Amino acid sequence: MPEWKEQIRKQLAGLNLAPAREAEIAEELGQHAEDRYAELQRGGAPDADARRMALEEIGGHELLARELRTVERANAPQPIVFGAQGNDSIVASLGLDLRYGFRTLRKSPGFTMVAMLALAVGIGANTAIFSVVNGVLLHPLAYPDPGRLLLVFESNADFNQSSVAYPNFLDWRRESRSFTDMGAIRSDDFNFTGRGEPEHLSGEYVSSSLFPTLGVALFMGRNFLPQEDRQGAACTVILGYGFWKQRLGADPDVLGKALTLNAKTCSAIGVLPADFRFRESAQVYVPIEQFGSIELRTRESHMGLVGVGRLKPGVTREAAQAEIASISAVLARQYPKTNAGHGARVVPIMDDLVGSIKPTLMLLVGAVGFVLIIACANVANLLLARSTARKREFAIRAALGAARGRILRQLLTESVLLSVGAGVLGLLLAHWGTRLVLAAAPGSLPRSEEISIDPFVLLFTLAVSVVTGILFGLAPAFLGANANPQESLKEGARGAGGGRHRAESIFVAVEVGLAVILLAGAGLMIQSVWRLLRVDPGFNPRKLLTAQVALSPQVMTNPPAILPAYEQMLARVAAIPGVQSAAITSLIPLSDSDTENPFWPGGGPQPTQDQMTFAMFSIVTPDYPTVLQIPLRRGRFFTEQDNLASPPVIVIDEVLARQVFPGQDPLGKQIGIMVLGAARIVGVVGHVKLWGLDTDDKAKIRDQIYFPLSQVPEKFATEGALGLTLVVRSTPEPLSMVSAVRAQVAGPTQDQPIYTVRTMEQIMSGSLAERRFTMLVLCIFAATALLLAAIGIYGVMSYAVNRRAHEIGVRVALGASRREITGLVLRQGMRLAGIGLAAGLAAALALTRLMAALLYGVRPADPATLVAVTLLLGGIALLACYIPARRATGVDPVAALRCE
Amino acid sequence: MEERSIDREWKKGSAELLLLSLLEGVPRHGYEIGKLIEQRSEGALRFHAASLYPLLYRLEKRGWIQGRWVEKSGQRRRRYYRLTAQGRKVRASQRQGWQTFAAAIGRIIGVQNA
Repeated sequence: MPEWKEQIRKQLAGLNLAPAREAEIAEELGQHAEDRYAELQRGGAPDADARRMALEEIGGHELLARELRTVERANAPQPIVFGAQGNDSIVASLGLDLRYGFRTLRKSPGFTMVAMLALAVGIGANTAIFSVVNGVLLHPLAYPDPGRLLLVFESNADFNQSSVAYPNFLDWRRESRSFTDMGAIRSDDFNFTGRGEPEHLSGEYVSSSLFPTLGVALFMGRNFLPQEDRQGAACTVILGYGFWKQRLGADPDVLGKALTLNAKTCSAIGVLPADFRFRESAQVYVPIEQFGSIELRTRESHMGLVGVGRLKPGVTREAAQAEIASISAVLARQYPKTNAGHGARVVPIMDDLVGSIKPTLMLLVGAVGFVLIIACANVANLLLARSTARKREFAIRAALGAARGRILRQLLTESVLLSVGAGVLGLLLAHWGTRLVLAAAPGSLPRSEEISIDPFVLLFTLAVSVVTGILFGLAPAFLGANANPQESLKEGARGAGGGRHRAESIFVAVEVGLAVILLAGAGLMIQSVWRLLRVDPGFNPRKLLTAQVALSPQVMTNPPAILPAYEQMLARVAAIPGVQSAAITSLIPLSDSDTENPFWPGGGPQPTQDQMTFAMFSIVTPDYPTVLQIPLRRGRFFTEQDNLASPPVIVIDEVLARQVFPGQDPLGKQIGIMVLGAARIVGVVGHVKLWGLDTDDKAKIRDQIYFPLSQVPEKFATEGALGLTLVVRSTPEPLSMVSAVRAQVAGPTQDQPIYTVRTMEQIMSGSLAERRFTMLVLCIFAATALLLAAIGIYGVMSYAVNRRAHEIGVRVALGASRREITGLVLRQGMRLAGIGLAAGLAAALALTRLMAALLYGVRPADPATLVAVTLLLGGIALLACYIPARRATGVDPVAALRCE
Repeated sequence: MEERSIDREWKKGSAELLLLSLLEGVPRHGYEIGKLIEQRSEGALRFHAASLYPLLYRLEKRGWIQGRWVEKSGQRRRRYYRLTAQGRKVRASQRQGWQTFAAAIGRIIGVQNA
């Protein structure tokens, strides 16, 4: 009998029972009423009485509802009422919010697209920079326990980290107790012959202890034995994986095979793993004792050797530093002539690798963070505008009983949904962006091969997306959830509360302010790079070709033949049509090689090392200043008459002349050069910025000495002949000359290679790569910031004009002119921009100071840059305000007032 | 008047015990329980459905009894309640408590408890 149930359901209505439970109770009680009704009838009661009594018993005077409330309410599941606050499960409502959010976003594709794009740019840029930071700074090195690996350098008055004399290294290794072991490594070039074309290989001389110290397990074969790392031992070689794979075709039987390196037969004993990298990745590794130079045996020469140590467990870096320093102090007392003033310095291997790029990356991390904040502010403003449009929706919900927290949660879900979507898009942007940036700045980043979008980066992006979503969603959500339903539901209610406008204005001001900071940073970097490009390097870099050259193995084994071989090579190259002049040098400017050598004024005996000064030392052929167009200040340069039979001569640069012979004529004076002995000064040339366009002025060693190749003693000829560079000045484009030069260098025996072929302009721009990279990235960020800020101002002003259409209509009706109306809108917008500008300039003054080290020729608080930034941003802001202002003048007073 | 006062004052304390006792060994539905209370108390005790069922639900929620829908041929389905193991323990201890209580009251008011 359904009417029982109907009656019962009516009584249960106020209890908010789950539908299933309500039906069950109604059925059971209905059954009871039915039984009672039948019984009363049987007892002779009239039908109407029986019905009334039965009903009364099951629920008269709301007794049932009252009794049930205490039983059933305790933990009865509640129906899901949208927007209602309750003890319903967060997960269930989250799913609901997500679905609803999806629908809402899909309903307004324009808003969703703009917001998502802005966020995607912000998140993508952050992901890209983080993937760089992750790869370069955070990824651990590919050695076991890399934190315990230290590089060990010598130090002296001029150099914090100078290379190590081999005998000193041997003493350190023997005496120190802080390390499980120490290894030594020294980069060098090798000529690889006997397998087709002669080839130049990048190589390393290493101690047999190096790979065990690093903890490297060989891909195949074995490590060097200590007895292979002895003077006079047969030459063995360990191959880099890339070299073995590409050049030797991954020959599985390579072990035991012979390779001719620098005219020496070396048998291959191992191959390194593919991921092995130590500072540079080389192609071949040879025991250091195979390095034939007698300079390896002296404590005077520091042949680019670096020590590596692995700390024993429990030993701190400080303790190791102290120990090595004390061993060095003992050596300095023992060998005062060579070691006086020489200390030691340990550096974590990671710091050495990436220390120089760290400030740049940190700068970019800060800058990209600003970009994201700007994007957030922009989207927050969009959401604010939207939340005004959705006010009625929230008001209806609130009126239906939705709690504030519930609306807040749903709005936040929407914004997080938006930002996570943008995060996915941002990942794509980051993927492309990273590649683009790396392509734009090749070689300017150490460890750039480690940069990729790995799980860590994905996690970062997700975290940034969620945090971003909450960040930009918070203010709009609060304002939305706080909407007063009564006010909002009034038809025609105009505008929003003051909170909204204040929030909007703050967001726009913040955007403008941050854009100012980014623009100032980018402006300063542009100025630095621009100024650097105009720095006079001390020579003419146009139309210069440089290439490293190597002589035929036959010549190399016959020292007296070396000089004539170079002279013939030069003659052949100079005869190529289009070549103006050609020369050989041991040192190319701006190429990061250092060949400092100690010298002392006067021709007396060699003093102790701490009494000598260093100069950059170049061994050159007579035409060198002609080729580079280095101006001759006094005297002459070298001629063919300066040879082994004549007394040694040198040419110095003007810096050395001023420094060592102030107010005197240096011509004819003697200078002592370590190893080579005394030489007479025959000329003074202009200073060349060897160290770099930016750093040379501040370099510790600026004195320069040129020494003629033709006077290099025969005992040094072999090693002096390695790693020399040919410089060619040509009339046509230098790179068009490469094949002709290669052919002439190869010579009659066809076994003399050229390698590392670069134009001087390439070298110069390479020396600026890091700064240009910073400039490029900062410019991209600044442009993005500018665009977003412009959109932000435009959006807010457009909205303001719409909102004030009525007011403007009244003003027009009362006789306001177009100019007055335009001025009204412009004033409002420019006030916002002005506040942001002022705050941004103040912040920029403080923050750009942090990038002082990256600047050249411009102060962080450069007034010209700041004025330019102000004008640019002011102009853009004006434009962004002007368009809505124009629209305001078009307001039709009749239409605006009719809306009332 | 007298009947009403019994209803109100005494029923509250003893209702749970009554229900548990009636379900001892036999599953019963709500209407049957109500009828049995009325019959066995010879009309002195009566439960309104409006308070009987909420009480059943409360006991069920506590896990002392368990209700199950049972369909018998030719009848509409009914919900039968039976005692759970926990319910049996509770019934035993409540009965014990009731006896002690009733005896004590009897001694005080001078009624000889049989």
